[in-house]
Amino acid sequence: MLPTLQLGPLALPTGPFTLLLGVWLGLWLTEREADRLGLNRDHVSALAMTGLLAGLVGARLGYALAHLDAYLADPLGLISNNLATFSLPAGLLIGVGAAWLYGRRQRLPLRATLDALAPALGALSGALALAQLASGDGFGAPARLPWSLYLWDEWRHPTQVYALLAALIVFGAWWRWGRSAFAGFGFLLVVAGTAAATVFIEAYRGDSALLAGGWRTAQVLGLLVLGASLILIKRWHDALPPADGVRVDR
Amino acid sequence: MVTLLVGALWTSASREVAAGDVARMPSPHAGFPAPAFALEDLSGETVSLADYRGQVVIVNLWASWCGPCRAEMPALQSVYESLSAEGLVVLAVNSTAQDTEAAARAFVTEHALTFPVLLDREDSVSQAYRLRSLPSTFIVDRQGVIDSVLIGGPLAEAVLRSKVADLLAEGP
Repeated sequence: MLPTLQLGPLALPTGPFTLLLGVWLGLWLTEREADRLGLNRDHVSALAMTGLLAGLVGARLGYALAHLDAYLADPLGLISNNLATFSLPAGLLIGVGAAWLYGRRQRLPLRATLDALAPALGALSGALALAQLASGDGFGAPARLPWSLYLWDEWRHPTQVYALLAALIVFGAWWRWGRSAFAGFGFLLVVAGTAAATVFIEAYRGDSALLAGGWRTAQVLGLLVLGASLILIKRWHDALPPADGVRVDR
Repeated sequence: MVTLLVGALWTSASREVAAGDVARMPSPHAGFPAPAFALEDLSGETVSLADYRGQVVIVNLWASWCGPCRAEMPALQSVYESLSAEGLVVLAVNSTAQDTEAAARAFVTEHALTFPVLLDREDSVSQAYRLRSLPSTFIVDRQGVIDSVLIGGPLAEAVLRSKVADLLAEGP
């Protein structure tokens, strides 16, 4: 665990720094994939950046809205450098919405654009696992195993390492199979793979948010996303014209 | 279909594990009981974290030479003044092992701080809370469990208010 990296007088928070590296790697992979798919790389890159920036702003605004009294008393708190004051659902909603609107405006083909973004999703999930390993977040349940990690005063499942391995496997599967099937498959493969990994690994987490009855929230959401992805894979595959070429975009 | 069925069974099976996984060792991380401590304040009186069980406690680790620590103290004072009646306590733990008592006293006087300022002469709290960066702030709920860890600063008043609002609303 290395939550901060001390570079002389500068204390660099390794978690956010790792995520930033993941974003950079994801954007680079997206541009390469856009080229390979014959998309306008500048437009795809701008779409990704639009989504990221809108997501950041949306996440902060969403958090502020949920704590309106606090931010009305101190509006400058909106531009605080604190990373613990973001709302993930609001950020996702606004980020995806902004990217979708940008894509519509630039008339980018939906499924091919999603395919171009697929490796970025893979890179981000790997970076998130590394960031959590550095910060000690996303820790596992207590367990005495040969590969257990000593964290927060207990031997635990190294769930961050499990997540990193899963991200690498999903990325490998995308590289092997996701780039040569029908349009949209690469993206759905990464989403389905990541959701399946979440359902599996969450069982070993020691910090799961729980729903009523002890159901783990991330597992339930993962199941829903996995189900939706598998249904879309089947529907998009079945909609292919018979004996058509491998890449069809609609 | 088989994948989803296996996933649903796995989710259901791991639900029981979650229900039993509740006991935790004290550790300086969100969701864990806050490590206990007892330190002298500037008047020589011993103050312990356990004294404030039942209240929401902001434990702020600081030093007088640390710029962001100095910058966020007015926000801590303001939040303390307006919310102490609702059960909020601020314990400002001076990292005395890397500061001086004289400098800490001068800073407290200069900024007219009214919350308890504790002296960590032996570095025990810094070690128990694994201090890596100043300032570091731990928000502890009424049950003595850490709710938020805020590394670095300066913290805006809105951030502090937003982090304690729900905890204070829970009531004693």
